[in-house]
Amino acid sequence: MTSRTWERPSGTEIVYERPRSLTDVVTHYCPGCTHGIAHRLVAEVIDELDIRERAVGIASVGCSVLAYKYFDVDMLQAAHGRAPAVATGVKRVRPETVVFTYQGDGDLAAIGTAEIVHAAMRGENLTVIFINNAIFGMTGGQMAPTTLVGQETTTSPGGRRPQRAGYPIRICEMISVLDGAAYVARQALSSPQSIARAKKAIRKAFEAQLEERGLGLVELLSSCSVNWKMSPGDALRWIETHMVPVYPLGVFKDWTEAGAEAASSPVRPAAGGSDGAERRGEAAG
Amino acid sequence: MKLAIIMSGFGGQGVMSMGQLLAYAAMDEGREVTWLPSYGPEMRGGAAYCTVVVSDRPVGSPLTTRPDACIIMNRPSLDKFEEAVKPGGILVLNTSLCDRLPGRDDLTLVALPVTDIASDLGDFRVANMVALGAFLEVEPVVKSSSVLEALKKTLPEHRRHLLPLNEKALEAGALEARKRLQDRTA
Amino acid sequence: MKRERVLMKGNEALAEAAVRAGCRYFFGYPITPQNEIPEYMSRRLPEVGGQFVQAESEVAAINMLYGAGGAGARAMTSSSSPGISLKQEGISYMAAAEVPGLIVNMTRGGPGLGGIQPAQSDYHQATRGGGHGDYRTIVFGPATVQEMVDLVGKAFDLADRYRTPVVIVGDGMLGQIMEPVVLPDPVDPDRLPPKPWATTGARGRRPNLINSLHLAAAECEELNRRLEAKYSEIRANEQMAEIVHPGADYFVVAYGTTARICREAVGQAREEGLSVGLLRPITLWPFPTKAFEEALETAKGFLTVEMSLGQMVDDVRLSVGGRAPVRFYGRTGGVVPSAEEVLGEIRRMVEEGDEGR
Repeated sequence: MTSRTWERPSGTEIVYERPRSLTDVVTHYCPGCTHGIAHRLVAEVIDELDIRERAVGIASVGCSVLAYKYFDVDMLQAAHGRAPAVATGVKRVRPETVVFTYQGDGDLAAIGTAEIVHAAMRGENLTVIFINNAIFGMTGGQMAPTTLVGQETTTSPGGRRPQRAGYPIRICEMISVLDGAAYVARQALSSPQSIARAKKAIRKAFEAQLEERGLGLVELLSSCSVNWKMSPGDALRWIETHMVPVYPLGVFKDWTEAGAEAASSPVRPAAGGSDGAERRGEAAG
Repeated sequence: MKLAIIMSGFGGQGVMSMGQLLAYAAMDEGREVTWLPSYGPEMRGGAAYCTVVVSDRPVGSPLTTRPDACIIMNRPSLDKFEEAVKPGGILVLNTSLCDRLPGRDDLTLVALPVTDIASDLGDFRVANMVALGAFLEVEPVVKSSSVLEALKKTLPEHRRHLLPLNEKALEAGALEARKRLQDRTA
Repeated sequence: MKRERVLMKGNEALAEAAVRAGCRYFFGYPITPQNEIPEYMSRRLPEVGGQFVQAESEVAAINMLYGAGGAGARAMTSSSSPGISLKQEGISYMAAAEVPGLIVNMTRGGPGLGGIQPAQSDYHQATRGGGHGDYRTIVFGPATVQEMVDLVGKAFDLADRYRTPVVIVGDGMLGQIMEPVVLPDPVDPDRLPPKPWATTGARGRRPNLINSLHLAAAECEELNRRLEAKYSEIRANEQMAEIVHPGADYFVVAYGTTARICREAVGQAREEGLSVGLLRPITLWPFPTKAFEEALETAKGFLTVEMSLGQMVDDVRLSVGGRAPVRFYGRTGGVVPSAEEVLGEIRRMVEEGDEGR
């Protein structure tokens, strides 16, 4: 709280403040964007685990390209998709650091699929925060590999058609089958309850690294109201009504015994309906 | 003094290690030397070969299109390198695995059944040492004792027991070469 | 006391020299003809407390190097031409973010998948930066295994001093050849100058940032000007070349393996009474322009010989600046020119004198 200049009036109590691991700046994110929530959750976990002075963050390319301005920790800016490789280099040299990447879906799920798959394959002790908002945000709303079938984007006019543009890619399901992954979970930043679950997942993904169990990955279903052309509120609702059915929430892999049990039954997305998702995260939590 | 030697045979005939031993020996005798392998798919079947250049001065090109000598361990190698040897050069030929003799008459030819000699000694795998012994008899560019010293240094511990056999092979090659050269001059 | 000469393959000698220079991290991907480097490192680095990572691609390997260099370590990657093309993204980022590191290119014939025999056709890529943007890397073109070994330590030192990626350009032949070599004394990586800029966790200090994004045009221009100032300093201080037979009427210009062959041809030409010398660039960037000034005091003509169809010859022409004719002879695609071929070209140059192009 070094930059605050006012004095706390006597008799009052701080109930909410900026995490120490975030810088005191205004972000460039659009109104209604959930990146700010995700940043905050990561920073809160870093504070709570008391690892700010050991943390090295890897910023990626996309809307979160400027993450290095917002996290008050050592940061490296990586090329599009390469954050897990850069993180590998840092962590191998400095195993005492706590290294996390913060990557969007255009980054991790498209150009960076090789890097994330192989970082997990090698069981790198890294924490990966994966923002899935079903679109390329920074470049102006183009189709991402995570774009839903029928979803309109600037490069899928009339909606994504599987015959030409394939199907949404489910990263958690892919990564969780790799032996080197210690913790894999998907949560949504769409409601206070799901945000609380998201934070638990993020904490677990950092703990996996601290215990040297392998890769921890948390996918956060996020909104992009500007490119989705919706109000922020509608966008949050759209996550729940449209994204969750395709990207079921829950823990896909958990190295702890209790977690392993909870994650043992396979998760399948609903065929098309809007509320068929299995909320195993809730059940486990 | 500068001598360029090409050694060629099937993969597994010990052609590469023969060249390396010669290079080690030359280095230990204070010479400048390079060893260059052929590399790539060619190494599987056909002719695998290496070029050794021994010189009193730093070696310029480690490659040669006109070797002073060739040690030829099989038929494809003879077909590949017969014409390359410098006029007046040396050709050591393994007749065990080559069904023809060179057509050229401007070479010092030492033709001997290298693989058979090695098998008679107890292990066909020392054929390379037989050939090297024969070559050094014609062109003593290094002492055979230097070759054995090099072998001692480079052979892993669990292969040390093979030293006497290698020494015998080197001697056998030299002996056979001497016989053949004497027959020729006789 | 004279130290022991050992017979080593170029690739292995280079790897050992890197370890002795304090390199503890290697990131790579198999490709011929440089596989002995990762193979050697995979068994050698764990012995000295280092790490070897076989990456999923060249792209990943160079980005691991970016991370390792960013974390303050002496680290390297190696590859051959097609793999080096894939690394260009990361090299550009390293240059921009000023992250040191060593990149080795045991060049093979191109373009495309090309072949696996020795070539020098990546000269332009190496000396012009290679990736996107306005940057250069220091580039060494050693001619012998001994020189390559000696340059590895220097490469790491310069990479750290200037905070820039450094490239060693060998070729298939230099990687595969065995020659006697005297290895340098080992350097303790813990005793190297500290790197306070590295991202190691912000313990008791303000956070460090390694970054190449500058959205404001003026800020990006400022980065480029800062880099250019650094490159000017490198141009002024780090040129290396060898002139064999200074004062000659004619000079053959060649680097790497080709220079060895040309040296032999120059020797033969001098035995024929021709006044020919060899100008051998050792740094390909910065290009040794000062050596050309020296040669131009007597030179009536230059013959550039390369294992390409003419890349370094551009720099030779720029350095000579029209003050003498510059000829070119090249073989490419993995074909190595012979001393006889070069000798023929030397004779032609001397015969034709100023009549040559």
